[in-house]
Amino acid sequence: MKNIATFILSVIFPIVIITIVLRDASKDNILLEALKEEHSIPHVPSVDHSKHADLQRDFDNPHEVTATCISCHTERGDEVLSNAHWNWEREAYIEGRGVTYLGKKNLINNFCTGILSNEATCNRCHIGYGWFDDRFDHGNPYNIDCLICHDNSGLYDKARGGAGYPVPGLDLQTIVQQVGRPEKDNCGYCHFYGGGGNNVKHGDLESALLHASWDVDVHMSAEGASLECIDCHQTTNHQMLGRYYGVSSDNTMRATCEDCHTALPHVEKTLNEHAVKVACQTCHIPVYAKVNPTKMHWDWSTATDRLDGEPYEVLDTLGNLLYTSIKGEFHWRQNAAPDYLWFNGTADHHLISDIIGENDTMIYINTLFGDATDPNARIYPVKIHTGRQPYDTEHRTIIQAKLWDADPGMGALWVDLDWDEALAAGMEYVGMPFSGNYDFIDSRMFLRINHMVSPADQALQCEDCHTRSGGRLEGIEGVYIPAQTTHAAIDHFGILLLLFSFAGVVIHASLRYLAWRKRVKKTPDLIQKTMNR
Amino acid sequence: MKKVYLYTRYERFWHWTQAFLILFLALTGFEIHGSYRLFGFENAVLLHNNAAWILIVLIIFTIFWHFTTGEWRQYVPTSKNLKAQVAYYVTGIFRNTPHPTKKTSLSKLNPMQRLVYLGLKIIFIPVMVLSGLAYMFYRVQIDGAIQSPGLYDLYLVSAIHTLGAYILLAFVIVHIYLITTGHTLTSNLRAMVTGWEELEEEPLQEAEREVRRQDIKSK
Repeated sequence: MKNIATFILSVIFPIVIITIVLRDASKDNILLEALKEEHSIPHVPSVDHSKHADLQRDFDNPHEVTATCISCHTERGDEVLSNAHWNWEREAYIEGRGVTYLGKKNLINNFCTGILSNEATCNRCHIGYGWFDDRFDHGNPYNIDCLICHDNSGLYDKARGGAGYPVPGLDLQTIVQQVGRPEKDNCGYCHFYGGGGNNVKHGDLESALLHASWDVDVHMSAEGASLECIDCHQTTNHQMLGRYYGVSSDNTMRATCEDCHTALPHVEKTLNEHAVKVACQTCHIPVYAKVNPTKMHWDWSTATDRLDGEPYEVLDTLGNLLYTSIKGEFHWRQNAAPDYLWFNGTADHHLISDIIGENDTMIYINTLFGDATDPNARIYPVKIHTGRQPYDTEHRTIIQAKLWDADPGMGALWVDLDWDEALAAGMEYVGMPFSGNYDFIDSRMFLRINHMVSPADQALQCEDCHTRSGGRLEGIEGVYIPAQTTHAAIDHFGILLLLFSFAGVVIHASLRYLAWRKRVKKTPDLIQKTMNR
Repeated sequence: MKKVYLYTRYERFWHWTQAFLILFLALTGFEIHGSYRLFGFENAVLLHNNAAWILIVLIIFTIFWHFTTGEWRQYVPTSKNLKAQVAYYVTGIFRNTPHPTKKTSLSKLNPMQRLVYLGLKIIFIPVMVLSGLAYMFYRVQIDGAIQSPGLYDLYLVSAIHTLGAYILLAFVIVHIYLITTGHTLTSNLRAMVTGWEELEEEPLQEAEREVRRQDIKSK
């Protein structure tokens, strides 16, 4: 008894104590407290635009507003002219391609497929006025739409099909007197509605962020840090941090978690060590599309179907569009767990001029580079949007369709529901050959998940990845993940070793027992002597 | 038959603490390995690491004990009687032939035990400790940054550690069985609990002990 007590006191007790002490080491996260304090100070504007004499007048057209802005903010126009929000393209070096000039201006995607020949409607989300077609003057600062980003009145609105012009009849005088730093709904005006509706494209950027609860987004929620977009997407001279790899390619000017939280944000050092290979987002954004569904699949091949000669729509019980004659078939998901992949901050894109290989059954709209051996690569969460879109079976290139026009008979798919006309019109606009023969090809697009950061207690737990099967990182290769990564040969050998040891022991013991029985039979009085044997 | 005090208090404490720690490390270790779920991964890691540190401290104390008491001599391998010992386990034990090696307090271990325990001491346990430490310190936080020296491959380290764990477990299975082959089924177990074991007559025991004490002192 004494031995057992000593044993418990000397061995088990210390283990339990040490474990409890370490387990409950919930030291205050000093860094996080400092950040909270820093961001609790509200921004006080240095200027009240309603007091400016120049703004006490009516404006006939929006270009006049821009001219008035530039009359005081003299250098801002030039700044904007060199900004990607304005040019929709960037110079970037891509491995295998060299220096490229890519962006929304010339890239394809697998949502609405691309802006070319559709500028009048797509470019409602351009920070300019009048980008109706490729004749738009990107060098004229008076074409800049200052208000879409700087309107704090909430009254400003751009017209559908207006190539960036505001809806007619706005009270521009009231609006200009309330300009200021961009707020959530300025950025969200475009970024929440990419792909043609709320949360369609990104899955982690949507109107619910305007009034997000703590569970949805700790940064933007009023219960949390109540941050504006630009608090993270820091901007200097109209150059803002942040990369969207649907259009970006290089590892520069990224807005990162570490910008505020540093590379060592956790009190627990093991968690900090994870960040060498695992991006913050991977654990801290366990699900996206938390409030409204996001589009996961878009099949253009089923478009142009008619019911009784008329285009039609099919909705699910929640009101999500499952089919529409003008766009085809959609799949949606809500509270989606991301996919995960290695990413080093650089990406490639499928250009409209790229040739699709004879054996390719899938095109990658964008390719996120990186693998386990790359010191710059970490495991990131992504939304994978799959699509089926038209390509030229003869020239083997993706086809840009003309989707929109104000008038029927101009070849616009959404107006006339005629693929042949729409494809021909689109390719004619792009200036690329179209053979007239087309089919639809599967496509894949990778969208990084960066927003909708969950409260810490809802972050992924150890077992979400550290499990033999069904873990979040099941498809991730090239890195040792305890519990998930198996040592198959060693496990087989080890289990056999244990089985053989056990079997050997059982056989030996049985033989000993039989031998003892035999001896007992010969000399029965042996039983007493060797009872314990 | 004579009762002999074979295992000192520290030796027994060491033996049972090590036994418990090895089993506990196996239990938590194979959870980390992904073989089953018991404590939860985070707790398993925490328990495993703490138990590992306790075992390391115990090992350091025990190395000290081995040298100060001269008990390390028990593990000096010998080929004398080795064949006879193997033959005993393979055939003799079934015919009730006597143990080929007499157990005395000066020579507690038979030639097979000497070999196996020495192997544990100088190969298997060091490999487990070193691979475990290599695993623990694969990345370290120094001067506000995570350092990854990258001197070795974590997958390889974990493979070695896992292989060692299987071998140690196999040892435990066989060891637990072989302790039933003493004078009676439980005499070895009792000895390791109480320190006292019934042995065949050992006439020179005390005298020899005295000689060795002198021997150690003179060194």
